[in-house]
Amino acid sequence: MSDLTKLTIAEARDALRKGETTSAALTEACLAAIEGAGALNAFVHHTPEIARAQAQAADARIKAGDAPALCGIPLGIKDLFCTKGVPSQAASRILEGFKPEYESTVSSQLFERGAVMLGKLNMDEFAMGSSNETSVYGNAVNPWKRGNDEAELTPGGSSGGSAAAVAADLCLGATGTDTGGSIRQPAAFTGITGIKPTYGRCSRWGIVAFASSLDQAGPMTKDVRDAAIMLEAMCGHDPKDSTSADLPVPDFEAMLTGDIRGKTIGIPREYRMEGMPEEIETLWAEGRKMLEDAGAKIVDISLPHTKYALPTYYVIAPAEASSNLARYDGVRYGHRATLAQGDGITEMYEKTRAEGFGNEVKRRVMIGTYVLSAGFYDAYYNRARKVRTLIKRDFEEVFAQGVDAILTPATPSSAFPLGMEMDDPVQMYLNDVFTVTVNLAGLPGIAVPTGTDKHGLPMGLQLIGRPWEEGDLLNTAYALEQAAGFVSKPAKWW
Amino acid sequence: MSIDTSTAARVAKLARIKVEDDALPGLAEDFNRILGFIEELNEVDVEGVEPMVSVEPMRLKRRVDGVTDGNQQDKILSNAPDAREGFFAVPKVVE
Repeated sequence: MSDLTKLTIAEARDALRKGETTSAALTEACLAAIEGAGALNAFVHHTPEIARAQAQAADARIKAGDAPALCGIPLGIKDLFCTKGVPSQAASRILEGFKPEYESTVSSQLFERGAVMLGKLNMDEFAMGSSNETSVYGNAVNPWKRGNDEAELTPGGSSGGSAAAVAADLCLGATGTDTGGSIRQPAAFTGITGIKPTYGRCSRWGIVAFASSLDQAGPMTKDVRDAAIMLEAMCGHDPKDSTSADLPVPDFEAMLTGDIRGKTIGIPREYRMEGMPEEIETLWAEGRKMLEDAGAKIVDISLPHTKYALPTYYVIAPAEASSNLARYDGVRYGHRATLAQGDGITEMYEKTRAEGFGNEVKRRVMIGTYVLSAGFYDAYYNRARKVRTLIKRDFEEVFAQGVDAILTPATPSSAFPLGMEMDDPVQMYLNDVFTVTVNLAGLPGIAVPTGTDKHGLPMGLQLIGRPWEEGDLLNTAYALEQAAGFVSKPAKWW
Repeated sequence: MSIDTSTAARVAKLARIKVEDDALPGLAEDFNRILGFIEELNEVDVEGVEPMVSVEPMRLKRRVDGVTDGNQQDKILSNAPDAREGFFAVPKVVE
């Protein structure tokens, strides 16, 4: 078979089961593609020995007739996941040299089902960023370009390496994590599909923590079917994460009928932002029409607290980060600063953290420290938690009115050039304006590519679902995908 | 609410991140920009609203309070920047 790396997970699975190819062949094809894609800086730790051993084991399993859907499928793993014996740095200098003695629950579930790990993927440091520019490994680069313009574009963030790798066919799928949009925004910027499940669907155990009440893992794939297949393997209750839900995981792929007749889709008026590019408006209107043509009922809805989602997020996420990142103290793992004569333990902490954390991480840890400090806790942190209650209530009310899913743009623009918005943290935060509400409300959200802008760059729409109804959400996304028929691929320049 | 350099220095100290004196004005400016953005929350009427504790109403599972793991000193110390004689080593803590 030619072009093995271009297969979807479903196509590869079927070919493997029919004996038309082997996991070894798929894996070698991906390893070669990765080798030739250094310019994208997507894979930052390569694990070819592990991949080849896993592929061999998968081929034996397939031969023996024991082949779960992901058996033999080569994947990339975001650097935020702890992978046993393999560097897991969260793209931070402070975790330089850290090799976990354990495997994250999500990655171990994938490997138990026979998936193959090609390596670790670039990301923003500690998942804090929307352009993959805060990484200690340097920028990941979007395989897409604006027409003939040479300028390198961001693949988005924080799961920028995952998005670039899947879009460039370096792997068949990748894991991502999403705290404020870190799966959906990069998926939209690279023309792929990414779903963040309901908070509690995937175990967070072994995933480097950023903001524990918002973080969720999810798949980044070439299409909706693959997202369904991979999500199912990632989900499930884990006694090691007390917030993971003890609920049965449905067969998401079996729910992809494409039939959405009679479903009610809400269009929230507050997502029509001032200064939103006309192309995004048009994309959104087209998506609305596609779902309507597929037999869904479209209703205008209101989510009145939408405009407060970003400021709420930028209190809660840094607060949780300041607490979570307190563990990086130079004592138990990672980097420790070289100390001067007479330096005590406090100097060790302060110098280690100053050297080990990048600027955006420092900024957020300190903002978090400030909003949690005596005298400001009520004014900032508690107020933000109250507004979060109201944001969630907005969604509960529209779901109670019978809305099955909500359609919004995924991002306020298509991919922008690297180096554009690094000077202004607040400007960068605006990237998450359509996605962050979903994390605050704990809901499932999916980004699906549905069109291109005037430069030929992909643009995506977001669908937001009811809690725990990822299957229904994926089916609506599937209907949208079918109607949009997005098939563009980036022209290879790397 | 405006943050001056001495407040910025205090926050850096609380966060245990060393910030050189010449970087404090820039840091204070960043804080002010971000806090200015957060101030929008003051417009919201939150009277009588409960602060969110858990996004999905779930009862946390109970488990037996027993030892399920242990005896892995080598593994625990394997990533330490400085481990000696089975302990994490740190600079002098008490004078």
